[in-house]
Amino acid sequence: MEVISSGIGPMIQPLDINAFREWNRAKPKALLDKRMTEADAVSRFIHDGDYIGTELYGTVRCPMSLVNEIVRQGVKDLRIAGQGVLELDMLLAAGLVKALDITYIGLEVYGVSNCLRREVESGRVETCVEWSNAAIAWRFKAAAMGVPFIPVRSMLGTDTLKYSAAKVVECPFTGDPICLLPALILDVGLIHVHRADKYGNAQIDGISGFAAELARASKTLIISTEQIVDTEEFRCHPDRTIIPYYLVDAVVEAPFGSHPGEMCYLYERDEEHIKMWVNASKDIDATQAYLDKYIYGVKDHREYLDLIGRERLESLKNVLQGVSDEQSCP
Amino acid sequence: MSNHALNGYNPTELLICTAARLMADNTTAFIGTGIPMLAASLAQKMHAPNLVTIFEFGGTGAILDKLPLAVGGESTFHRAIAASGICDIVETAQRGFIEYGFLGGAQIDPFGNLNSTVIGDHDHPKVRLPGSGGANDVGSHCWQTIAIMRHDKRRFVRTVDFITTPGYLSGPGAREAAGLPPGTGPYRVVTNLGVLGYHPESKRMQLLATQPGVSVEEVTENTSFQLLIASHIESNPLPTAEELRILREEVDKDHLYI
Repeated sequence: MEVISSGIGPMIQPLDINAFREWNRAKPKALLDKRMTEADAVSRFIHDGDYIGTELYGTVRCPMSLVNEIVRQGVKDLRIAGQGVLELDMLLAAGLVKALDITYIGLEVYGVSNCLRREVESGRVETCVEWSNAAIAWRFKAAAMGVPFIPVRSMLGTDTLKYSAAKVVECPFTGDPICLLPALILDVGLIHVHRADKYGNAQIDGISGFAAELARASKTLIISTEQIVDTEEFRCHPDRTIIPYYLVDAVVEAPFGSHPGEMCYLYERDEEHIKMWVNASKDIDATQAYLDKYIYGVKDHREYLDLIGRERLESLKNVLQGVSDEQSCP
Repeated sequence: MSNHALNGYNPTELLICTAARLMADNTTAFIGTGIPMLAASLAQKMHAPNLVTIFEFGGTGAILDKLPLAVGGESTFHRAIAASGICDIVETAQRGFIEYGFLGGAQIDPFGNLNSTVIGDHDHPKVRLPGSGGANDVGSHCWQTIAIMRHDKRRFVRTVDFITTPGYLSGPGAREAAGLPPGTGPYRVVTNLGVLGYHPESKRMQLLATQPGVSVEEVTENTSFQLLIASHIESNPLPTAEELRILREEVDKDHLYI
């Protein structure tokens, strides 16, 4: 297969698909109780310089309690699969990010990320390798398939490809140019789910984003969950399992774990809090004050929830849509 | 913008109404964050009740009763026909199922290439923008992409600083030569000043219609490159009272965008 062109971006996470197989072979398949706190999960499994990824993203089903704990412990020089909103904003705000495989880091309706701008424009984030959203998800998919690359028709002809680590080859079957994306294997993946058992079996309601792919592309997987349920829940509905337990290394019970983001059918996003962060992030001192108050100033997620306040949290439970809309969905 | 204000609507409302009219019933449309969401919601409530909205993180066929603030939010699969994930959605686009793709960007060039990555040099950017997100995927796979932009000289530039999302790249045949699916590409640009398309042969942007009260000169003066002018320029109708009422009272009743 002739390589027509290569992106100039570096592979910030080296690829060894055979080592990944060996790693997966060695992972325990016994039913072990993996419940632990955010503090234990982060200190045991996430180290300076690791390559990590989060799912889904900052305002939607996002492992915010885990991210906040990473900030609290100051795990630094992180390399990150960059698809995010508030979660990556927190890591950038705390100056913990060294390199990004970036697809989108922004504040959606509220515009560009002030923290991303400060960290990249100053050079504190040393490397940005560009990808499309699907490209990052497909890179996880390739790792999940256990193959070194996946052919796709995204990114062709663009600077997104030029500044990526993808390659364009002549397809051996059709002769047309096609983009090859290298598999992306995470040192640590972080996923927040609706419910899990103590072993790590997990269910997600609503859209599944790229949870199935990221879970299977992670050497170490930390799950946070709104609720711990009995394993019987999974044995009765095995079709609902998106993450089987043997992929998982830690299970952290974290009600409102996505706050200030939403968790479909359970609670809505906390618009006031998000706006407060967006405003704070515009200024370095205000950013620091936010981190001091909401992350460094509280011991753990429980204290964070106390600080947000029971009344506020209860008001977010007022969900009227989707499967919870009983009138239209009998 | 003063004549817009005098006529009782603002530029954002005009963009939404114009984009909504391009969304046909019983078609598939890949909906990005922001104005496309409002336009899709308005279209469903006006002329396109079975507009199949497709959101990149898995929502297919949502009824947009409540305005989504995020492309993965619960509203993007409210009363939808499927809730899957990003691979399924973009693979659906890659195998030709999605007709329209709606996009935004910080810069656009005469061939419809879009930049949402950096202003300035990539490795030492003057402004670091969010990056491609789903934009490159939408611009690569959807049959017809529609960009929605504010119209000024900073945004309508001769050369974008970074091609995040492919338009017609360097001109006729360039997409196919790069390996992008034949028959795909930019279709329309909707702005507060007009509606633009692309010349069938040269693939260069051309003015098709002006917004109410806007002259052809006003459009060309706000464009940094030589704009082709269609032989007949349509004059877009004003947003109707019904469109504005639905937009203000139902689509965005909390006035988050408008």
